[in-house]
Amino acid sequence: MDIVIAVLSGFLLAVIAPWVHRVGRRSAGWLLALLPAGLTFYFAAYLRELRPDFVVITSYPWVPGLGVSLSFYLDGLSLLFALLISGIGTLVVIYAGGYLAGKPQLGRFYALVLMFMASMLGLVLAGNAITLFVFWELTSLTSYLLIGLDHEREKARAAALQALLVTGGGGLALLAGLVLMGQVTGSLELAALLSNGAAIREHALYLPILLLILLGAFTKSAQVPFHFWLPNAMEAPTPVSAYLHSATMVKAGVYLLARLSPVLGDTEAWHYLVTGAGMATMLLAALLALGQTDLKRILAYSTVSTLGALTLLLGLDTTLSAKAAMLFLLVHALYKGALFLVAGAVDHEAGTRDIRRLGGLARAMPITAAAAGLAALSMAGLPPMLGFINKELLYEAKLQAPRAAGLITATGVAANMLLVAVAGLVGIRPFWSRSNAPDARPHVPGTSEVPGTSEAVHKEPHEAPLAMWLGPAALAGLGLINGLFPDALPSALVSAAASAVRGKPTVVELALWHGISPIFALSVLTVIVGAAIYVGRDPLYRAAQRFVPWLITGLRVVGHWGPEGGYDLALRGLNSLATTQTRLLQSGYLRFYLIIVMLTTVGLGGYTLLSRTGLTWPAGRSSDVRLYEILIGLLILAATLLALLSTSRLTVVAALGVVGYGVALIFTLFGAPDLAMTQFAIETLTVFLFVLVLYRLPRFAYYSSRRDRIRDAVVALAAGALMTALVLVVTSAPLQSRLTPYFVANAVPLARGRNIDNVILVDFRGLDTLGEITVLAVAGIGVYALLKLRLDEKNK
Amino acid sequence: METFLAFVIGGLYAAGLYMMMRRSIVKLIIGLSLLAHAANLLIFTLGRLTRGEPALIPPGGIRPERPIADPLPQALILTAIVIGFGVQAFAVVLIKRAYQTVGTDDLDDMKSTDTG
Repeated sequence: MDIVIAVLSGFLLAVIAPWVHRVGRRSAGWLLALLPAGLTFYFAAYLRELRPDFVVITSYPWVPGLGVSLSFYLDGLSLLFALLISGIGTLVVIYAGGYLAGKPQLGRFYALVLMFMASMLGLVLAGNAITLFVFWELTSLTSYLLIGLDHEREKARAAALQALLVTGGGGLALLAGLVLMGQVTGSLELAALLSNGAAIREHALYLPILLLILLGAFTKSAQVPFHFWLPNAMEAPTPVSAYLHSATMVKAGVYLLARLSPVLGDTEAWHYLVTGAGMATMLLAALLALGQTDLKRILAYSTVSTLGALTLLLGLDTTLSAKAAMLFLLVHALYKGALFLVAGAVDHEAGTRDIRRLGGLARAMPITAAAAGLAALSMAGLPPMLGFINKELLYEAKLQAPRAAGLITATGVAANMLLVAVAGLVGIRPFWSRSNAPDARPHVPGTSEVPGTSEAVHKEPHEAPLAMWLGPAALAGLGLINGLFPDALPSALVSAAASAVRGKPTVVELALWHGISPIFALSVLTVIVGAAIYVGRDPLYRAAQRFVPWLITGLRVVGHWGPEGGYDLALRGLNSLATTQTRLLQSGYLRFYLIIVMLTTVGLGGYTLLSRTGLTWPAGRSSDVRLYEILIGLLILAATLLALLSTSRLTVVAALGVVGYGVALIFTLFGAPDLAMTQFAIETLTVFLFVLVLYRLPRFAYYSSRRDRIRDAVVALAAGALMTALVLVVTSAPLQSRLTPYFVANAVPLARGRNIDNVILVDFRGLDTLGEITVLAVAGIGVYALLKLRLDEKNK
Repeated sequence: METFLAFVIGGLYAAGLYMMMRRSIVKLIIGLSLLAHAANLLIFTLGRLTRGEPALIPPGGIRPERPIADPLPQALILTAIVIGFGVQAFAVVLIKRAYQTVGTDDLDDMKSTDTG
């Protein structure tokens, strides 16, 4: 099977997914999951060929003229992502079958989630910059539709729009950056970009390229200050949050950084920008996570924190940090995916996601509780989970950072301590805390009301159905098995992915036990302090309120009025700008539209004429003038003036007739008898028509004020002057027509006609004439219908 | 001759546009008609003027013997004249019905007819 089929099959299945849902009913989720499951096996088959220098490139021409091809690039990095996308996709599709059972949106959900999966696969497998961009935007679009799945709720719609605007705006920056890179290297193919890294880094456009690409990556991966859309995206149904907004789509920015780090990385700008953004995001989001009460928002902020940590690691740009980042990617997808699905199951079975109301669910939901516990252990970095190995590697990478290792390590340890507490909050507390007595903490920064919390928890909690515990159990179980046997699958995958990130073969050997070292000591310290924060979070909060109130206030301000306030302000500004300019331009009066059109034309056209020819009088090629021709021209002008000034309708109609006949005479004199004949006939008809109809209309009245008339006259005269200037300039240059010689030469041989006008109309441009006849027929029908319309019928 | 016609065209354009900016709907139609003449004459003049030599090929020959008037603008204008007439006829009947229904020929008063 080809990679292109693997990517596009999701779109095909998406088309028939709603139908499968209708026919398959309860089993539809299981049926539809067959495709992602098949894809998982397809990608897993590549694991056998996994060597550090493993690359498969396939390419199909798409828009060859622009250097755009539908090419796919499969290496260790893509493979790691593809496995996560298809694997978690399988579990999420099955899970949603249970979670959304009986909901009207389920059919649409299947279609959209499959479409998303295909887009995401396309993104991570894309081998061409434009292909990548197209799939990138497709993931933003499907994410928009999925967040707003419950489109009857206003909050869901607003969150969807926010996510779309932020990530879509970043996508535009990304496009500009990719195109600039293509300009520098001369090719949009990923392989060519990757081999031309030095050329791009030394180019004068390097900094703009870097900033544009980073803007794309940071918005997509919710880095500070663009992080606010991700917690709001929790309006989406939980399977969507687990899949898009934790395991896959939000990692697209991280993927991009990892993919392009051999090209753009290893410069001072990269180090400072990427590491700085990552560090700020990691710490700030971890602090904000602890202040939430909604299970999903806690998870969202901790996801943002993780994304920050991943960005930080890629910013360090060392071999060790690349290994740590790749392993973290895998670990995080496993435990966070599991925790999100658990949160959904809890919400579904217990009726609330507010952690202050949840407790003691372990007895009712033993399997879910076990999965949550395992995932939380991995998140906290405790042995024997894969998360423990990961944390060791993280600390090692941070300690060996090329710059500011102390600061980076300290921040990392602090963020990890907070995340240990968060792990306890989401994985342990709802299941094992003895009571579900309300917790003392008030609402803290960035929290919003949790849907469903206003009603009391009246539901009797019970275990989730198979479809809903399978996902969390599988993901958490993988975290455990891979932690016990890290030298099997994770080592090979991480080696291949890290090789792709570093652009050179890199071997990773993971082991559960590294012996007692400073790093191990840090790990132990992290867990102990984290556990202490978890246990003592209420007294800690009160103490913080008392001794460092500025911290709480600061967080509250950041949560409410920080970047998200900026977003709101920008959106409001844009809306009011649109309203103002629409009011200004769309007045509803024909004359104002005309004035705008004319002034624009005169401005742009006049500027072009002036800048091309200057103010000199064009030395026009002008054929000689004869007296009778002048007389005809003057007659036309005089009749026009009469039509303007007369108040008698009959005079105006007659004057119009004179203008028409005058124009026809000019046609006659200058070799266009066909035109003249048509014009005479039409002009006569027009005069009849006007006389017949105008007779029933009122006399001309002057509605406009004198001032308006002067203003209109000035604008009209300017437009007339522009046309005069245009004719003068154009006729001063010789005419170069390529069409006319062709028509003249081929009239007899090809069309067997001697009247070249006729030949053009009925033969060379016969289709145009057909269109013209159609227009006439439609106008005729319209006239007939208007005349026959009985207006009084309405009044009966 | 082109230079002289340039001013005739400019005059027709100015007059047509001025009439289109009036509030009386009848004047709008007059303006449209003037504008159509202006555009036809513009295309005709931009194709350059050739006195008295229609685009005809004499019997027996396969190409004209003398330089002829450019047939391409003529073909375009021919189409334009006919379409222009169709549009004009429709517009004239439309405003007549509009006037009968609404009872005014002032465009500004017609703005709010569907609310009343």
